[in-house]
Amino acid sequence: MRRLLYLLPLAAFTAIALWFAIGLTRDPSRVPSALLDRPVPEFALPALAGAGVAALSSGDLRSKVALVNVFASWCVPCRVEHPILMRLARESGLTLYGISYKDKAEDSARFLRELGNPYAAIGHDESGRVGIEWGVYGVPETFVIDRTGHIRHKHVGPISPKDLQETILPLIASLSR
Amino acid sequence: MIPEIGHYALVLALAVALVQASLPLIGASRNDASLMEVARSGALAQFGFVALAFACLTQAYIVGDFSVRNVAENSNSAIPFLYKVSGVWGNHEGSMLLWVLILALFGAAVAAFGRNLPPPLRARVLAVQAMTGVAFLAFIVFTSNPFERLNPAPLDGRDLNPLLQDPGLAFHPPFLYLGYVGLSTTFSFAVAALIEGRVDPAWARWVRPWTLGAWATLTLGIALGSWWAYYELGWGGWWFWDPVENASFMPWLVATALLHSAIVAEKRDALKSWTILLAILAFALSLIGTFLVRSGVLTSVHAFAVDPARGSFILVILVLAIGGSLALYAWRAPSLRPGGIFAPVSREGAMVLNNLLLATAAATVFLGTLYPLFLDAVSGAKVSVGPPFFNATFVPLMVPLVVAMVFGPLLAWKRGNLKAATARLWVALAASVIAIVGVLVVYGVSSVLAAFGMALAVWCAGGSLVELAERIRLFRVPPADSLQRLAGLPRSAWGMTIAHFGLGVFIAGAVASSAWQVEKVQIVQPGDKVELAGYTFLFKGAVEERGPNYIARRGTFEVTKDGKPVATLHPAKRFFPVQRTTTTEAAIHTLWIADLYAVIGDPQESQQVGGPALPTDPNAGWAARLYYNPLIPWIWIGTIIMALGGAVSLTDRRHRVGAPVPAQARAAASPAE
Repeated sequence: MRRLLYLLPLAAFTAIALWFAIGLTRDPSRVPSALLDRPVPEFALPALAGAGVAALSSGDLRSKVALVNVFASWCVPCRVEHPILMRLARESGLTLYGISYKDKAEDSARFLRELGNPYAAIGHDESGRVGIEWGVYGVPETFVIDRTGHIRHKHVGPISPKDLQETILPLIASLSR
Repeated sequence: MIPEIGHYALVLALAVALVQASLPLIGASRNDASLMEVARSGALAQFGFVALAFACLTQAYIVGDFSVRNVAENSNSAIPFLYKVSGVWGNHEGSMLLWVLILALFGAAVAAFGRNLPPPLRARVLAVQAMTGVAFLAFIVFTSNPFERLNPAPLDGRDLNPLLQDPGLAFHPPFLYLGYVGLSTTFSFAVAALIEGRVDPAWARWVRPWTLGAWATLTLGIALGSWWAYYELGWGGWWFWDPVENASFMPWLVATALLHSAIVAEKRDALKSWTILLAILAFALSLIGTFLVRSGVLTSVHAFAVDPARGSFILVILVLAIGGSLALYAWRAPSLRPGGIFAPVSREGAMVLNNLLLATAAATVFLGTLYPLFLDAVSGAKVSVGPPFFNATFVPLMVPLVVAMVFGPLLAWKRGNLKAATARLWVALAASVIAIVGVLVVYGVSSVLAAFGMALAVWCAGGSLVELAERIRLFRVPPADSLQRLAGLPRSAWGMTIAHFGLGVFIAGAVASSAWQVEKVQIVQPGDKVELAGYTFLFKGAVEERGPNYIARRGTFEVTKDGKPVATLHPAKRFFPVQRTTTTEAAIHTLWIADLYAVIGDPQESQQVGGPALPTDPNAGWAARLYYNPLIPWIWIGTIIMALGGAVSLTDRRHRVGAPVPAQARAAASPAE
């Protein structure tokens, strides 16, 4: 019995070493969304004044494969990402929706006037309240929504051409099938 | 040519370590003196080769040999000399080389200074030390070669990570590693004792200086790291419970427990198998810390090498070293005969309480640090455990520890008298009550927690002074006798008093700075005045400035109090073009009882949300964060005092003379029989 007590440290360490081994196979920088494979949260946002497109609510996201992009005029990476979104909207025929996040309406609208508007509809989330429901913690963030209105992928940070080619477009292709 | 010599020296060191890890063990079991001698010459030769390799890498950094990949990736011709040198260990490969250098240094030190050790024990200690050396030398040679060449060689290097270009961080790794890796010697002693199957007071005394040295340098290393975080990260805080900070803190907690339990093993021949376990665990946590930082299983602001192949290699080392030693422990420790018995209220009892609390604290930090990793392995969920968890679990463990700590030295061995000890402590108790009342009167009832925190600090510092006064019979014998007793006190007693007093100073700094920090974040325009804790900060504007390898925006604040000038602060933001990173240079003026702390941000940074994206007006405001941090310098003064206590204890006479002093004779010399 007393001998077992002395085995305890070894047993505890064995368990820890196993966890480490499993942990090594994980990528710590990959942050999944808690909403992954769940329906999009219920929301109804007003249209972005001055952008000339419709408002956005959860009802709009239940008919086709789409991207929802969270952006703001004050966010520098959004400017980096914007040309890619423009090209995507122009060339792929995919529907892009925008959420202008924690931003003044006139600033978001000016941002789109300067750089172009790739979005079919934009919900204006000035308080960031809806962003919380989506689990947004940094802009830009992009969600891939399937035909039934489920979130299938979340991309944090600006989308690079590589992300587009290797992850997002193949996923959209498989969802559209 | 020189990098090739360095590489060759590393391979030679590995070969020597292999010999040193095997032959002396055979020699010790056969009692063959010449085989045992291999350990000593092996340890010295291994150190020589590793030092040569380290010198070669340093040379490549100083002359800027960018044909070496490591230099090209982590240095630059424009970098100041200090950072050319510290760049050697400011990257994965170089820091592992520093790790092995210190490991070999300790091995060589045991070989050189361990003349009073019995030859078989010395041979085994050095062989175990060499096993660790083999593992890490192989790790460097096979996965992290710092001497790899680049062809063609680039014209200039990619520069050192700007966050690391800082004097505090230049010296942080060497001190931290001295402590971290210093625990390897304690570990080697523990494993050697398990192999021999014998732990006695003499063993405990032989291992003590190594534990003390490792503990003191680890204390300094952690303090330097925290000081760096304080002024370089620009958040006004000093400890963030970051996984990498925790990785250095866990071995410290266990080493502190070991330092105390080893006293019991030395003086009373008790707690032996527990002491051995702590010695193994302290180094195990150092290894796990290395694994966490080097493998990248945890993301952290400072993990600078993320590579699963290296992670797997270190995991194998972990399993062999920790698993092997714990298996040996499970096999041999039950046969260690328990020594002297003692009552719960006794000095031994106090040490046991100390050990339980410190071990629980270490386990808590361990859980908090690794929980995200465990959860990911089980469910794939990503979480992070933040300061609230640690503050809620760690602090309640430290309070009883500090309260009990003051009683410990006043209790006699075997059976103590708590009532008598309390009676002796009335001065400290009165001072603590005064501290509570004083804080409540000045800051109001809302500061009740801080009041108890400050009382704890007073209790700790006061209690250690009371203990010193007791030892020299102050006011109970003529002053001349007290003075004579003071001069005759053993250095280890001085060391304890100093270290315990330092902890009190530290607690005061930690409590006051978290309870009464004053922070102001606002946009300032040239000519603006900000009032903070009775000081007036006048913003004089910001200018652009060029450094050797950066461009800075440097602001100027003139600080006055009641119209009298106090200090001029120059907080800055530095932009390093080569690495395209910005660092914050906080400006700190210390008043010794508080720090005035200023950080400058981007022009109009805090208006970015909902405001214009780019600054347009050159006279626009600047985001500034100003802090008044009361008693914060005491955090580092306290830790330096603690490390000093360790150093003083290290000079104790008994570590130099061979003859053991019987425990009874020493107990009679202490005041609380």
